[in-house]
Amino acid sequence: MPKPFIIKDCAQLAIATGIRANNLPELGERVASSDLDCVYYHFWGGLLRPRFDDPDFRNDFAAWAFHSMNDPVLAERLSIIIPTQHKDFSELRNILVEVIEDRLEEDDKVYLRHAHHPFHFIKSRMVVFDTGIRVKNPEEFIDIIPGLDIGSLFYHFIDSRRRLNDEHDDFSEWMDSFKKDYSAIINDLRTVDPYLNTIPELKDLVHGIFCEHLHRSEIT
Amino acid sequence: MNLELTAYADIVGDDVINHLKQLASMLKGLRVVHVNSTRQGGGVAEILARMIPLKNELGIDASWEVIEGDTDFYETTKSFHNGLQGNPVDLTKKELEHYEEVNHENAENLRDILTDADVVFIHDPQPAPFLSHFPKRKGVWIWRCHIDVSKPHPPVWKYLRNHVNDYDASIWSLSEFARKLEHPQYLIPPSIDPLSDKNRDLSEDEIDEAYKLAEIDPDRPKVVQVSRYDRFKDPVGVIEAFRLAKRFLNLQLILAGGDAKDDPEGAEVLEEVREKADGDPDIHILMLPADANVQINALQRIADIIIQKSTKEGFGLTVTEGLWKGKPVIGGAVGGIKLQIIDHHTGFLVHTPEGAAMRMRYLIMRPEIREDMGKKARRFILENFLLTRHLREYLTLMVAHVTKSGDRIVL
Repeated sequence: MPKPFIIKDCAQLAIATGIRANNLPELGERVASSDLDCVYYHFWGGLLRPRFDDPDFRNDFAAWAFHSMNDPVLAERLSIIIPTQHKDFSELRNILVEVIEDRLEEDDKVYLRHAHHPFHFIKSRMVVFDTGIRVKNPEEFIDIIPGLDIGSLFYHFIDSRRRLNDEHDDFSEWMDSFKKDYSAIINDLRTVDPYLNTIPELKDLVHGIFCEHLHRSEIT
Repeated sequence: MNLELTAYADIVGDDVINHLKQLASMLKGLRVVHVNSTRQGGGVAEILARMIPLKNELGIDASWEVIEGDTDFYETTKSFHNGLQGNPVDLTKKELEHYEEVNHENAENLRDILTDADVVFIHDPQPAPFLSHFPKRKGVWIWRCHIDVSKPHPPVWKYLRNHVNDYDASIWSLSEFARKLEHPQYLIPPSIDPLSDKNRDLSEDEIDEAYKLAEIDPDRPKVVQVSRYDRFKDPVGVIEAFRLAKRFLNLQLILAGGDAKDDPEGAEVLEEVREKADGDPDIHILMLPADANVQINALQRIADIIIQKSTKEGFGLTVTEGLWKGKPVIGGAVGGIKLQIIDHHTGFLVHTPEGAAMRMRYLIMRPEIREDMGKKARRFILENFLLTRHLREYLTLMVAHVTKSGDRIVL
């Protein structure tokens, strides 16, 4: 029997770096030399901070390109960068720089355009703590997930991708260690796309997967 | 769970309250002191009045101290405020010496409590020089700036920077306000308390009392701005916008302001507003006492539209209050208002009285859009700008500083 699963929670603090970009060439330069914590914050940090959910632009770079640079072409290209598809944040940062440089080469006018509002680079500081909740077997998740704070979901489903080598969630990683076959539920958990959901939506999705596979109604 | 926290859980959910309790469990018994310049009037006092009791309920030994100053002191600090928000003010050597002297006297009065505190939060420029008076301080000192410092008058900022640079950290409402300083600058927007008299649900009778504050006609559309009489809140611009919109609509305007001890310019601005209104019976100019929270709540609830046409704004809690009451808000596209008004979703951002007039006309003519925006607005505030989120960030910050770890703290 594997050891009980430890439910953790996390809270994020946003820290201003004082670095800003007023146009696209500056954005490219500053992204290239930015702290990876900044890349992390601007791709994922929005899920834990106050913001209006923008279904069109899932990361801050894309939203800035659209709203402050009036460049929908770049905004769409930045928006489609899915962080879970890159092996680490260094690779993600390189992709970002590449997309920005391609756009600069493609259209001279973009080079000269000044942003309505500068892009402010922000990084996060994370506090991770033990909730005291222990899960002995996957079936218990059905009752436990509805009571979890969004920080727990963030930590086990999003932050896990930074910590685990094969970049998936903590729940399925733990369930893999059982003799009992949970492969169907593990597969479903690993196909959840955390990038296109808010955390409350992610919570409902994950809970739904456990309910469906373990034959319980979602209404508990 | 005690009664107060239970009441919050009914609004935000048990998960949020459990999260706060777990964070606070790492800070049990910590002595935390907040220092600001007024007990009543203004957003800072409102936040502290509600946040301190909650911190105490969570097991933290929190207290709130208020500095004392004379008229000259508050006139200087008001000039600071204006200078930090970009006005080219001149501060004389004598004024600055008096400012520092008043700070010195207040620091002496609070010496024991602040020297031994584990965490000290100093709010805004009024008590900013405190740090230099406590060379033997035990705890972590954090400066909290609630002002829009996106484009300060340089001499004013340079002077103040000397007083705040040595703090262990600072807190700002928006990234565009943060300055070059040699310490971490945290971004924490403020919040409203859904259980306070200013924001709790009201009975019909309580709401109807608002009509008695002036001769307000319940049957005609109403636009409400709640704000101190401060030029940055642009009450004169609101009257201009109202007059432009009134050519097409049978509107009423209610300007409800109060007095804050640390704002000596209020009376002067109120006079300018009265002059601009020129006795128009559809412009109701109210001067409410600092504790008129239920009346303000009721005024916001009888409004068809809330307006906050500021030209500079640290955050704009009256915007938050209006959105929480399910009203679309027309706001100046500045400072923290931009964080709250999402154009076409929770209200409209405007740049001129003409823009505000256009949006008043648009919204008054479309009740279904007002209702739709109002629903989105309330949900947006529920998820982002209530006291529980604000408290979570303060607790996280304290955990981060008390444990003195790096960018990732695993406990």
